[in-house]
Amino acid sequence: MSILGNRVLRREDPKFLTVGGTYVGDIPIEGALHASFVRSSLAHGRIESVDLEEAVAAPGVVAVYTAADLGLAPLAPMGLLNQEMKRPLLAEGVVRYVGEPIALILAESPAAAVDAAEAVIVDYEPLEAVVDPSQALEGGVLLFPEAGTNVVFDLSSEEDPELFSGCEVVVSQRIVNQRLAPCPLEVRSAAAEMVEGRLRFYASTQGAHGVKDELCSALGLPPEQVHVISPDVGGGFGAKGGPYVEELLIGWCARETGRPVRWTESRSESMLGLGHGRAQIQQVTIGGTRSGRIEAYRLSILQDSGGYADVGAVLPFLTRQMTPGVYDIERVEFHSRSVLTNTMPTVAYRGAGRPEATAAIERAVDCFAAAAGLDPAEVRRANFIPKASFPHTTAMGTEYDSGDYEKAFDLALEMAGYDELRAEQERRRQRGDRCQLGIGLSSYVEITAPVSGGEFGAVEVRPDGKVIVRTGTSPHGQGHATAWSMIVAEQMGVPLEQIEVIHGDTDIVPRGGGTGGSRSLQLGGSAVHKAAVDVVERARRLAADELEANPDDIVLDRSLGLFHVAGTPAITKSWAELGAASLEREGEPLAAETDFEHPGSTFPFGTHVAVVEIDTETGQTRLVRHIAVDDAGRIMNPLLAEGQVHGGVAQGAAQALLEEFVYDTEGNPLTTNLADYSFISAAELPSFETAFTETPTSRNPLGSKGIGESGTIGSTPAVHNAVVDALAHLGVRHVDMPATPERVWRAIREAKGAA
Amino acid sequence: MSLELEITLNGKKVAAEVEERTLLVHFIRDVAGLKGTNIGCDTTSCGACTVLLDGRSVKSCTLLAAQAEGRQVTTIEGLSPEAGDGSDPAASERMHPVQRAFHENHGLQCGYCTPGMVLAIASLIDEAEPGTLDEEAIRLGLEGNLCRCTGYHNIVAAALAAARQTGAARR
Amino acid sequence: MIPAPFEYARPSSLEEAIGLLAERGEEAKLLAGGHSLLPLMKLRLATPALLVDIGRLEELCYVRDEGDVVAVGALTTHDTASRHELLRQKIPVFSAVAGQIGDPQVRHRGTVGGSVAHGDAASDLPAVLLALGGSVVAVGPDGRREIPADQFHLGFLETALAEDEVLLELRLPVPAHPAYGFEKLTKRAQDWAIVGAVAVRREEGAGLGLINMASVPLRAAAVEEALAAGAPPAEAAERADEGTEPAGDLNASPEFRRHLARVLTRRALEKAFA
Repeated sequence: MSILGNRVLRREDPKFLTVGGTYVGDIPIEGALHASFVRSSLAHGRIESVDLEEAVAAPGVVAVYTAADLGLAPLAPMGLLNQEMKRPLLAEGVVRYVGEPIALILAESPAAAVDAAEAVIVDYEPLEAVVDPSQALEGGVLLFPEAGTNVVFDLSSEEDPELFSGCEVVVSQRIVNQRLAPCPLEVRSAAAEMVEGRLRFYASTQGAHGVKDELCSALGLPPEQVHVISPDVGGGFGAKGGPYVEELLIGWCARETGRPVRWTESRSESMLGLGHGRAQIQQVTIGGTRSGRIEAYRLSILQDSGGYADVGAVLPFLTRQMTPGVYDIERVEFHSRSVLTNTMPTVAYRGAGRPEATAAIERAVDCFAAAAGLDPAEVRRANFIPKASFPHTTAMGTEYDSGDYEKAFDLALEMAGYDELRAEQERRRQRGDRCQLGIGLSSYVEITAPVSGGEFGAVEVRPDGKVIVRTGTSPHGQGHATAWSMIVAEQMGVPLEQIEVIHGDTDIVPRGGGTGGSRSLQLGGSAVHKAAVDVVERARRLAADELEANPDDIVLDRSLGLFHVAGTPAITKSWAELGAASLEREGEPLAAETDFEHPGSTFPFGTHVAVVEIDTETGQTRLVRHIAVDDAGRIMNPLLAEGQVHGGVAQGAAQALLEEFVYDTEGNPLTTNLADYSFISAAELPSFETAFTETPTSRNPLGSKGIGESGTIGSTPAVHNAVVDALAHLGVRHVDMPATPERVWRAIREAKGAA
Repeated sequence: MSLELEITLNGKKVAAEVEERTLLVHFIRDVAGLKGTNIGCDTTSCGACTVLLDGRSVKSCTLLAAQAEGRQVTTIEGLSPEAGDGSDPAASERMHPVQRAFHENHGLQCGYCTPGMVLAIASLIDEAEPGTLDEEAIRLGLEGNLCRCTGYHNIVAAALAAARQTGAARR
Repeated sequence: MIPAPFEYARPSSLEEAIGLLAERGEEAKLLAGGHSLLPLMKLRLATPALLVDIGRLEELCYVRDEGDVVAVGALTTHDTASRHELLRQKIPVFSAVAGQIGDPQVRHRGTVGGSVAHGDAASDLPAVLLALGGSVVAVGPDGRREIPADQFHLGFLETALAEDEVLLELRLPVPAHPAYGFEKLTKRAQDWAIVGAVAVRREEGAGLGLINMASVPLRAAAVEEALAAGAPPAEAAERADEGTEPAGDLNASPEFRRHLARVLTRRALEKAFA
């Protein structure tokens, strides 16, 4: 019987449950200096002076650095972006957002480092700040005057004036996909030390190899001089996709001082230092027939990139690919501009560009259904890309691999009891209940492993029978050790306990693309799968030699993990015996290494149904049910896959209802800690109702697609649509996210006033 | 300036001279070297630093070490010491019912909130009147423990499962 | 996350504590549970030079039945108050509200005296004390004095307590009828109230306390008057925002807060008179 598809409990749990994980801040390093940063308190200004005198003299302080001390070249934006907008590692002359690091202090204790940072006085000449992306686009205030624009990345073209001609129903809506703080529970942390002339760097990251590359590039070091280790990582959600300037500087400090250096930020610091997510202003127009056929769709977005050209600036590229979602729409247009503003730079956040696409099309479809007077479920059903047409190339040129959108949709509606929910909604409307019911749908398709690049995997059998798996992706909660063990156990017929999975160490794993864009299973898992297949093949040949038989006649009994000649199961060779034989006969371990080439992205999909109750007097919204039917191809371990969906749904619902990172008009951040930023808790959520349909992909040997981000992508528009749906009979057509009590109350009041 | 303090951590007396401003969580992590207790925020919001003080859940970031002087503090390492450090499967069988329920219900992912969650739930169950804990009570009881990975679904399931074992769950 | 340096004293008696406060004046701060003060110190929004830790003074931990008043010692935790049989029986509004403050961990440490003495208009307990028409007892170098709840809160985080006074107990009059209404709107369960209303039955009418409707905790005097004059609850509740000065912030505009005050007051009254 196959182990794949079973609810295998996580092998990594007991350590976390008994003594806790080992995160960067937990790693003991003798004699380390502690770093702290002096950060800009102004959104935009020229630095007139930095008075370090008191800090330098403070007890325990070893060194204080500003930009002039570094001698490091500024960081160039990634290739697609405006190359004029380079980022210095510490602010040089100008600060561009509140929280930008200006000076770095090294001290003998964390308290001494923080005390000294408080003693630094920075004088600024304030410059006008631009916070609203629309104003940034106008260019009245430029963050990089030498660039002559705030536009970092432009994907816009001439609009087709005829796009909606012939459409009987056309609706437009402005949608704010608000700025969020990713908030992994573990904030950023780094440690660095010189070991035998090499830089050893501990990173809380989604990819150790990416950190290594950037350290080499920023500090001018050859690869062999840098060793990056990512131990347990307390969540990343995209925002730990690459190293931040602070982390690069910790590496620099260890080299500069010759002493170990460590840094762990506070949450208040993290809210101003870990990249933010989303932050798009969208304008949608959708048109079609009165009977519900969608004929044309235009999405125009303004992406807020924050103070520098970071990953967030390029994400509209992914939004673009997913513009029409699950619908077969003939005429589709996409325009986007990414602009700098005097705010925290934006980066990838769970979904990274795709939730924004789904949020836009799914709100648009509901707006269209409302305008046409149709049930949003019927409009969706009428416009799905049909099952028979896969692989399907959309009007944006994206090739979706496989799909059965209606199947997931039907199951979701059935689980929700859609018709009964509508009947209950009608009863409450008729009675004029204070507490109204809203039902929101979202049918999504997303792209996983969206970026090219393969993945490394290796399997080695030791003479004691232990199997060592090395992988180029690494977990921050996903359960790689369990999932990769299952894949290897399936191929080799060894018990899970005999398998050890190694990741996140650049000295042991030669290459790796890390964990992000839901790429791990389909690339990293496939690489490990391929390596296991290769090892079985090598072992078969070895067994043939040992048993003096033809390799073609050797079979692996996977239930026992033993090789024998077909028909004579009594004489066997175990993995341990073959591991030893390999060393003996060939002088090398029984092992296989592979680089799984990127075979094309995959496109998971599904339908979410959210049910909300809204107190129409206070505007308070409660998510009372959330049904998620997701299809990520073949499911390796439903327990882990469900876990990914649950977490994603909570984050997605949080965007619809609660979370928003807010700046005032001067660029002062207002939600700088977890008391002010409404990180969602258990008390605001129900238990979720989840199911999977399984439509395999042919783009990898596992038949699997990514599942890490689907929950976030599917849930936000479902909950958002449910909010508007609850108020539709009162004349409300849209409420921006997050649907706070006051926003809901105002929407009702304005609709009443308009009626 | 400094204080001489002695705190009983997981049944063992730990004495040290510390600055007055030392928070209990820093005493646990940096003085006693017990790294299972994590810090997730600085506003008493997230509960990652939850420990038991004389058997009741508290946020160790919002106590001075001095306030815990002479008292009993239990961290995740001390909840079921007989269960070892997770490396021995036989020992892991001896985990506390809440720890076991977390494992069996996939109540953890990145693990960062987990020690605080487990101790908060252990306290919640311990304090509940028999037969009173239902999903709503558990969700409200966890309002001060944030998790970014699990969406709380499996944490709540684990808490209910553990409460059923002790008789705290609503029948 | 790391407070600025300070001195720490743990007096063994109330007299000693008062002596320290008198000696050090405004640079000293009392520490009880620490759940109002330490969060501010960690963000360095408060930097007292001396902390006077009274958290172990057993003489401030009690709940005493005095017939028509229940006296609650300042160091009683929210958790203890929420579970205390005498309170649950005689003044259920107090134990119920105490049981909804913050989260369980906060309730294990936070004290009722600390909550009232901190004087935050967004706290729940001061509004209960106002609705009940209760008082607080303070003790200083010149002895004890009783301060009625509606004279205790003077301004933003400012109370009638002198620098060298310690809040000793809350005096809660036993209401005419145990039924009460407590309504608060929060973003998340653990958050402070955006607005809240507490209604307690009196011989005639009701006592009404409002949370977060001005820089200080307030009594909804206009509602109380209307009820005493015989107005039905729904009508009286329409006057809930009279005399209030709600702030505008991230969570609500003043206009929305006024609306909420009326709605939540009506609901609190409906529950109290159900």
